[in-house]
Amino acid sequence: MKHESIEINSGLLIVLTLMVISIGGLVEIVPLFHIEETVEEVDGVRPYTPLELRGRDIYVREGCYTCHSQMIRPFRDEMLRYGHYSLAAESQYDHPFQWGSKRTGPDLARVGGKYSNEWQTQHLVDPQSLVPESIMPGYPWLLEDELDYSQIEARMVAQARVGVPYSRTQSEYEANVEQFGQEMADKLHVSNGVEVLEAQAAAENWDGDPDRITEMDALVAYLQMLGTMVDFSKYEDGHFNQFR
Amino acid sequence: MSTNAVPVATEQYNYGIVKKFAIMAMIWGVLGMLAGVYIASELAWPFLNFNIAEITFGRLRPVHTTLVIFGFGGSALFATSYYIVQRTCQARLWGGRLLPELTFWGWQLALVLGVITYMAGYTQGREYAEFVWPIDLLITVVWVIYFAVFAMTLVKRSQPHIYVANWFFMAFILATALLHIFNNLQVPVAWNSLESYSLFAGVQDAMTQWWYGHNAVGFFLTAAFLGMMYYFVPKQAGRPIYSYRLSIVHFWALSFLYMWVGAHHLHWTALPDWVSTLAATFSILLLLPSWGGMINGIMTLSGAWEKLRTDPIMLFLITALAFYGMSTFEGPMMSLKSVNALSHYTDWTVGHVHSGALGWVAMITIGSFYHLIPRLWGTTLYSTKLVFVHFWLATIGVVLYIVALWVAGIGQGLMLRAFDQYGNLAYTFIETVTFMHIPYVVRAIGGAFFLSGMLLMSYNLYMTISGARQSASTEGRDAVAAAAR
Repeated sequence: MKHESIEINSGLLIVLTLMVISIGGLVEIVPLFHIEETVEEVDGVRPYTPLELRGRDIYVREGCYTCHSQMIRPFRDEMLRYGHYSLAAESQYDHPFQWGSKRTGPDLARVGGKYSNEWQTQHLVDPQSLVPESIMPGYPWLLEDELDYSQIEARMVAQARVGVPYSRTQSEYEANVEQFGQEMADKLHVSNGVEVLEAQAAAENWDGDPDRITEMDALVAYLQMLGTMVDFSKYEDGHFNQFR
Repeated sequence: MSTNAVPVATEQYNYGIVKKFAIMAMIWGVLGMLAGVYIASELAWPFLNFNIAEITFGRLRPVHTTLVIFGFGGSALFATSYYIVQRTCQARLWGGRLLPELTFWGWQLALVLGVITYMAGYTQGREYAEFVWPIDLLITVVWVIYFAVFAMTLVKRSQPHIYVANWFFMAFILATALLHIFNNLQVPVAWNSLESYSLFAGVQDAMTQWWYGHNAVGFFLTAAFLGMMYYFVPKQAGRPIYSYRLSIVHFWALSFLYMWVGAHHLHWTALPDWVSTLAATFSILLLLPSWGGMINGIMTLSGAWEKLRTDPIMLFLITALAFYGMSTFEGPMMSLKSVNALSHYTDWTVGHVHSGALGWVAMITIGSFYHLIPRLWGTTLYSTKLVFVHFWLATIGVVLYIVALWVAGIGQGLMLRAFDQYGNLAYTFIETVTFMHIPYVVRAIGGAFFLSGMLLMSYNLYMTISGARQSASTEGRDAVAAAAR
């Protein structure tokens, strides 16, 4: 076939172009849903509690991903600075993923538990009060604004629709009991949403103010959970290399 | 062009829609780059965040990227593709008055809503696809109409051949549709909520997003602007394209290869190695068609090099191609896993993007607009001298910008991986932040240079257009007076 026949036929040009641009995506994306080793099996990874989920929403809303990654690479310096490299399983419930593309600030994949709740709260309100050289903006409104969790059940349902195992039925609940244990399964049950969120906000005084549930409560709860789900001491060194 | 030809051409072609998109491209360009200079300044002087939620870096950065990519770049592509498809097909734009107008108002509405929602804190959290789901739907509708208008104009062309520029525009329209749809699959929290959760999670979501993200560069910011290049470079040079055969190879190789390379944004992450190795391999291959296209564009000027001394528009076009060549060399280099280990997550990437976005995309657009605007209004440029000044402001701006971010990016990368003699990390993270202050200041200055050039261009084009309008109305008066006599 001469190339000229494409140059004089717009329909042919469109069809051939579509074919040519479709191949790359098909070959690289579709297998990721089918090759099992893509997301390794690991104990401890669970969906976010309602409070953590709201914290994550705020993390997305404020565009934290524009300066912070959540993806530790398998290098010596990153291991020393941040901890074990990130596993695919650790973001398997992340809709959307927040791996980020730029580290204007440090990686946050394992920031959970590294600082106290008080430190996180003060740092978010006024970063320079703790790290004078920091160029991070302050987020004082997080402490002022009450957390809106009126739609928490709708949010959990939407998450369930995209595949996160929040339970709506008895059988889904029982499956969660089996996988995550009863205590966690209760927290992941959609109709418990409001109750569970309020209980978690009250149980740990995330933002230093026990009387109100603020956006800071949710965001700090989320940050303090990051990277804490997998207990790497239970696995041999190099165990996860086989999945790379 | 004689003044007599203008009204004829206006009837033959729909220039009204081209003019509208061209003007909005300039407005969004200035606003988007202003947002860029502002967020660059926030990194250099963080007090500029003022503890105001709406203007913090995290919320303003999508405003910048959206306005420059979709506002400036998108409107410029609508304008030039509508112009080129009509001129090269010698056919009036399909869809009557209504359909092209719908693409205009729909696109502008999406941009305005985008800016408002980002600042109010509504985002999908996906780079360059931050639009919330109702705006995504609006864009989909606009895009389907755009495809129909463009494709049907091709169908009813009165020229036998479809000119090469139109192939690139068609690939851009098709690829953007594909990418936009699959990267924005979301489930809304409620029908009346702007918030939604992406259909995919984690590793699959990351792959889909960067398949989108890199091809937003590949098709939106490269293929489509190559369409612009393949029309305006030969036009301005007054010579045919250097090699028709090379443009065929350029087109098919570029369209095929680009779609494979997105995963080079995910080297060393939890994405399986086989995908990132494939992506790196195709990234290297991509150097060949990219440079083929660059050579094709630059060699079009072969035998007329002296134009670079006298014609600042040609200077813009050829410099744009030079930056295209440079950034399509830098890109494959950064896609090598060993280089990427250092460059990823640093400002080197940001600098690389801007050598493409400012050096290539903006400069080819600027050159094309200086050629296009006077022709649309049937006049000549207000000042060629100001175009020279603009050229130097833009070039100095880009060079300051990318050199500053080479220093910031490579410097930070080296500091973060440095060890002292005892095997401990040599620097804390915050020490790298302190180190980057001066490069950040220089980067903001570079951006300000580029922005000032855009302002100068706006003034030049404003004077050009208002001059054309004045002379048109004077001529009209004279004609009426002559008829009365």
